[in-house]
Amino acid sequence: MAIIETKNLTYTYPGASKPSISDVSIKVEKGEFVLITGPSGCGKTTLCRTFNGLVPHFYQGELKGEILVAGIDVLKHHTYEMAKHVGLVFQNPENQLFALSIEKDVAFGLENVGVSREEMRKKVDWALNQTGIYDLRERSPHEISGGQQQRVAIASVLAMEPEIIVLDEPTSFLDPLSAEKIFEVIYKLNKEQGITVILVEHRLDLTAKYTNHLIVMDQGKVRFEGDPRQILSSEETRLMGVGIPKATLLYQMLKKEGLNLGEKTPLSSEELADQLLEALSSR
Amino acid sequence: MSVFDGLRFRKVFSPIHNLDPRIKFVYVIAIFVVAILFFQIIPLLILFLMQIPFVLLAHVQRQWLRSLRGAAFLAIFIFVVNVGTTFFTSGYHLTAPNVENAAAMTLRFVVLVESFSVFFLTTSPDHLGLALEESRVPYEFAFAFTTAVRFVPVLAEEAQTIMDAQKARGLELEKGGLLKRIRNYVPVLIPLIVSAIRRSLELAEAMESRAWGATKKRTNLYLLKLHKGDYALLAITVGILAIAVYIHFYVSIPTIAQLI
Amino acid sequence: MIEAQQISYAYPNKVEALKGVSLTIKDGEFVAIMGQNGAGKSTLVKHFNGLLKPSQGKVLVDGVETTKSSVAALARNVGFVFQNPDHQLFSETVEEEIAFALKNFGFKSEIVEQRVTWALNLLSLTQYRKTSPFLLSGGERKRVALASVLAWDPQTLILDEPTIGQDHEQKEILRQFILQMQTQKKTVVTVTHDVEFVAECNPRVVLMKEGKIIADGVGKEILTDPAMLELSSIVLPQIAQVFTKLASLGFPKDVIDIYEAKSIILKAKEGKA
Repeated sequence: MAIIETKNLTYTYPGASKPSISDVSIKVEKGEFVLITGPSGCGKTTLCRTFNGLVPHFYQGELKGEILVAGIDVLKHHTYEMAKHVGLVFQNPENQLFALSIEKDVAFGLENVGVSREEMRKKVDWALNQTGIYDLRERSPHEISGGQQQRVAIASVLAMEPEIIVLDEPTSFLDPLSAEKIFEVIYKLNKEQGITVILVEHRLDLTAKYTNHLIVMDQGKVRFEGDPRQILSSEETRLMGVGIPKATLLYQMLKKEGLNLGEKTPLSSEELADQLLEALSSR
Repeated sequence: MSVFDGLRFRKVFSPIHNLDPRIKFVYVIAIFVVAILFFQIIPLLILFLMQIPFVLLAHVQRQWLRSLRGAAFLAIFIFVVNVGTTFFTSGYHLTAPNVENAAAMTLRFVVLVESFSVFFLTTSPDHLGLALEESRVPYEFAFAFTTAVRFVPVLAEEAQTIMDAQKARGLELEKGGLLKRIRNYVPVLIPLIVSAIRRSLELAEAMESRAWGATKKRTNLYLLKLHKGDYALLAITVGILAIAVYIHFYVSIPTIAQLI
Repeated sequence: MIEAQQISYAYPNKVEALKGVSLTIKDGEFVAIMGQNGAGKSTLVKHFNGLLKPSQGKVLVDGVETTKSSVAALARNVGFVFQNPDHQLFSETVEEEIAFALKNFGFKSEIVEQRVTWALNLLSLTQYRKTSPFLLSGGERKRVALASVLAWDPQTLILDEPTIGQDHEQKEILRQFILQMQTQKKTVVTVTHDVEFVAECNPRVVLMKEGKIIADGVGKEILTDPAMLELSSIVLPQIAQVFTKLASLGFPKDVIDIYEAKSIILKAKEGKA
């Protein structure tokens, strides 16, 4: 059964002249690693916020269409109920940490829900370990780097043991190395814990390799959905302004010049390199 | 402002820092009450000197002295006003008891300021926040307090960045008369305010997304527990109060003039 | 020309951000200053318009020592675009925003009018002339901030992390814009950790680590040097990643441009056929 299902989702922010998302119908299966991308303003940020009810409950306005997350009708439930099933990690690491120590931040959601201290201690320690920041637990948020802060944000969402974690451009402010570390953490959570991941990103060169379910949005609508290898090889996608990974572009360019490296469109430098080695090694 | 210097926290761990903030606060209130109880200089002097072992044990001498210096201006003002009024109302007589009284009032002011200063110097915002959370204060207030403290360094940095950004566009903050200078701060204040509003919006989103408001019965990861030191301080506080009350009602306190 | 001569700088909290840095940037150059967070990149460029003055050593802009000049005077020739446009925007209209610096520098009102129109045009913002900057989207606000600095036509443009939060198309527009600046012989200095963006522009790269410059030279050499990567924690551009794995085929390792990569591979294929 699909863990997220939307039908004809349309939403306009109060005071806006046109909808941010229109007619969005998507289906996400349990355990998938979904990547959502598209040019700025395409509606991906708004879509993220429908998954836990920030849209429409926090932003007001009317959300038309249907949306079921973990079997729950988002329109009829508070965000604090959704929070037990869907965790949201935002772009700016600084503005997600409000406590004076890291572990208190990670415990925040559990405190809100009223979990007992012993239970809380276990879950907090577990989340800290999963994200590799156990040693930082007593530090204050101001002392640690952006990449570490973002891992705290992930840990604090993870501690509530949601079935789904949604991340809205979590590495915007981070350098490529820290960004890679974040993606590795997320990928591990997906593979080892079976958590469904929805990642919104521009940096496809770093993330395309993790997914087999890509959603490309433009001007509030879903334009493409499916296998990233197909979608990222299409000229239409490139013309839309999506940042195709260089390895994929090079593959395309070589194909045009008559050098076919194989059926599978590569999504990472490793895949392309392997294809090139095979095609060019002297036999 | 150097008075506020005494109120800022420094991360040093001493036995005083580890004392329960609630007990420390009770102690400070007790000192406050005792200071108000007396207007003679000798007990006030004793009260003042009693702070010193705490300051030394907590290794906060430097900040404490700095806050004393900050309070000095107001203290001198109080002294002068007190001496002045008695001088003029008694027909231009300057008597020893009057001067001593003025000194006592000044010292009382200093004791009040300094006891609070020692409290804030030896209590981390974390501890304060925790004490607030565990008291009967509604959680929203404790949360507002800790969040505010958490963002002070962030906002300070941002203010500096904004000033730099506008200076880089030719804004000169030091030039011009008073009115012009105030107007020059508009390009600094507006981005600061707008940024603060954006930040609160993002914070609110993060809070909602982590089940803020799910239940009225919030639990807490930490628990403030009272230890031997806390009970000792409590005993000392009660003792001081008792002795003070006794002395106030039953013992007549000499003035320095009488002692000499 | 900007010259930093053995400068050191320590923040008030005693953190030493720069330790004996020397750098010369000639007019018309395009330089990318790279390195980890905390390496000292922003601290360094803030010396170029006098926002920071070195505690040791000298910084000379067009022969004038920065300690002998105010930030406003230096800003006349060195424009600084900060990372977050919201740290600059405060006016009621885009027009006023762009005019702000011009008025500060004492331009006459007819000239201000001209310059504002020119800057609006340059960055395709003409339709927003009378709009409040706060109502614009993130990308548009970034353009307004840039326009407000370009308006007074400084010789040098410093861009602090201009690619953060930008999508692919916006980055492409930025790249074209920098090329345009170069044809006008303007000096462009950008602080960035966006390796792919730098790979596409191939500027002079100055690599910093812990307050010192550890490399200064041709972009493609530095970005593909494994020793440098090790030291400064930067990531190889994707094309270079591919070519590193093809070393066994005798391919050069310092390839960062996709077109160059294509030619090399096609030639190798021909060679086999």
